[in-house]
Amino acid sequence: MREPALIRMLPDGRRLHLHDGPIDLIIEANGPKQNVAAAYEAAARRFVSILDQLCAELPLLRSQARKNSPLPGGPIARRMFAAVAPYSDLCFITPMAAVAGAVAEDVLEVMTCAATLDRAYVNNGGDIALHFVPQRSYRVGMIERPDHPSLFGSLELSASDFVRGIATSGWRGRSFSLGIADAVTVLAENAAAADAAATVIANAVNLPDHPAITRVPARQIAPDSDLGDLLVTRDVGPLTPSETRSALAKGVEMAELLIAKKLINSAALCLEGQTSVVVIPSPSRRARDLFSSSKHNTIQGSLLCNSANT
Amino acid sequence: MTDVFRPDTVRCDACPVLCYIKRGHAGACDRYANIEGQLVRVDPHILLDRAKSQGTPLVPFLEREGDWDGKIMKGQDTFVTAIGAGTTYPDYKPAPFIVSSEVEGVDMVTVVTEGIFSYCGVKLKIDTDRHLGAERNLVRAQGEPVGHVTTAEYGSQMLSLGGVHHLTGGTKSEGRVTCETLLDLCNGKDVELAIDQGASIRVAAGQPPVVNGQREERMRVGCGSATIGMFAKQWFGKVDDVVVVDDHITGVLSEHQAGKLLGVRETGIAIHGRRSTPGRYFQVAEPGTGWGGTNISDPLTILKAFKPKFAWPHLRLLMVSTTGEQYAYYELDEELRPVEKELPEGLKESVARIRENCEPALTTVLFMGGAGGSLRAGVTENPVRLTESVKRKLTRVTCGGAPAYIWPGGGITFMVDVTRMPENAFGYVPTPALVAPIEFTLKKDDYAVLGGHVDYVRPLAAVLEEKERRRQLASLPQNPWPLKPYTASSES
Repeated sequence: MREPALIRMLPDGRRLHLHDGPIDLIIEANGPKQNVAAAYEAAARRFVSILDQLCAELPLLRSQARKNSPLPGGPIARRMFAAVAPYSDLCFITPMAAVAGAVAEDVLEVMTCAATLDRAYVNNGGDIALHFVPQRSYRVGMIERPDHPSLFGSLELSASDFVRGIATSGWRGRSFSLGIADAVTVLAENAAAADAAATVIANAVNLPDHPAITRVPARQIAPDSDLGDLLVTRDVGPLTPSETRSALAKGVEMAELLIAKKLINSAALCLEGQTSVVVIPSPSRRARDLFSSSKHNTIQGSLLCNSANT
Repeated sequence: MTDVFRPDTVRCDACPVLCYIKRGHAGACDRYANIEGQLVRVDPHILLDRAKSQGTPLVPFLEREGDWDGKIMKGQDTFVTAIGAGTTYPDYKPAPFIVSSEVEGVDMVTVVTEGIFSYCGVKLKIDTDRHLGAERNLVRAQGEPVGHVTTAEYGSQMLSLGGVHHLTGGTKSEGRVTCETLLDLCNGKDVELAIDQGASIRVAAGQPPVVNGQREERMRVGCGSATIGMFAKQWFGKVDDVVVVDDHITGVLSEHQAGKLLGVRETGIAIHGRRSTPGRYFQVAEPGTGWGGTNISDPLTILKAFKPKFAWPHLRLLMVSTTGEQYAYYELDEELRPVEKELPEGLKESVARIRENCEPALTTVLFMGGAGGSLRAGVTENPVRLTESVKRKLTRVTCGGAPAYIWPGGGITFMVDVTRMPENAFGYVPTPALVAPIEFTLKKDDYAVLGGHVDYVRPLAAVLEEKERRRQLASLPQNPWPLKPYTASSES
């Protein structure tokens, strides 16, 4: 039986919780009271049709994105397509890689169109769309393992950072990963782009054919997975520090490529307690400093990569 | 794609994604899973934490290593609820969690399972005097019959919803809607119900009912006449007459039996409306949202002129509504016309007391179900022994940590107040049937004696070490701690 979408305020009275099937949004807006109310109402109204709309095009959204793929009709599906299109000749990817970010972005857009807000976020299970006016900022905490939620870093974002999307991907998360990263957190200009990039970078953090890594065809676990018979990571046994470094290096290489292609702003990669941070090379962009408020010391340089034990 | 159709795959219909879920796995939402071929809701497994009940009410994760101070190993502060535990139904197998802990020097065992209840329903107590519908009339949700109006109680209307005949005995759609209605009510959500030849209501556990679009605020302490009876003594001597304005029965002290018994003098008061018995009047005005559920805002409109034969100048008159929310005090002038005056100190208390006696109107939802043989088999190899043990109060039954009332007689038929259970404690299976948590707690020795699955008992510390899918909640202060060993005086 189709469970209706859940729309409720969280007990704190400030945040809106929207839930429907696999979509779970936590939303907070700041601004004049009536504007916040109008934004929440707009979000809820938009929300109730999202899942049905996406599911109407599910087979297309679960197929590999190619240059000549037919375009979907729904607005969120189109955002997903746009976010994964840059990767279609780089690796296997389906629009589903950007679904969480695209939903967050769409709902945020509806809210900011409905009312003027000082600040707002839509958090879709860790894939977050952000909005702020100048002078306002967000402090974001990052966790590497959802089962051990301790912060491995935090960062402060403000309007001048050109970051409006944050996404995290890893094999421990809810979606399958082809890689072994515990978590890859990406900052990008929008949430759908961040979502797709986090997936791609997390997939790149890998040690092919390593005996300590258990991989299973995705379909064996979820018969209708968009990843079909591709091997997804189910367990990562102990790795030596040098193995961890070499796996992370592959992810860093990918992150650098995506920065060079201007697809993302920066990324933090975590594996087995080691963290690498990759940020945009130009010193003119404040992006370099974004991760520097994390507890790890970032190394000054054109590319900021560092490793630290947590 | 062939393996999609293997019999151990279920298709979840909880949302339009329609996941195919393989045995032992969860769907895309992580909330529904295929457990032994059954689609079961598997929200995070909820543990109650007594230590935390004074502090933060909700602790999303316990598993931060820094939090591990060894204290929890003592066990007595953590109770494993069955919410999200899953079930082994329909197999004749030990329950998913059988947990031992030492509490105040006594070895205790808690058998934790989610029961699939096709014999279950809810009893609704709706605090209102409004007529909701005749006894035995059908109660409908989304047009489908889901229950009936049953015997009214004092100040409350009672509905009995669900049960096996609506769940599985009617059409498919009746079963589906019944299941949905029960699930929503048990999980504290708003439900719209319509009673045949009666009212439409919106109800949610622990919330004021909304009857025909009107929200009930307070239960009256009684009708106008009853209020006269209750407070006559407190008024006697301080005022010459009292009118308690009520849409149902307006009461007049000087004419009422209670006033006569005290020797209250006749005052010559005359009331609009239909006199029922002395001092009791029907239909003094139209129903509405004014005084005492009538449409009036000026109480004098229900009075006719005082009869000069009995009334006297300076006669003192109190008019008050059944909830004490409205009141006015008058004295008659030389022409025997009421003139409003400040309420004297001596009467303020009685008005306040009427108000104080009007409790908030609520909807109460009691879940009622029966633990069948296979559920009991998950606890012991000899299911009837569990029944006996529960009846002898050796075994405590809780639902999500909330105390359950066990009906006397055969079987384990229990009732529980859903507001004492953690949020969203209930789930369903498409059978349709409800999934409810149930825990049996007893002394370890007693568990062995009743043929319990002793080999499957795991220490609490081992359960706590499994870090997956667990949620720690503060225990509700109004619930007795489920792990407290039974003593003769323990509440059941």
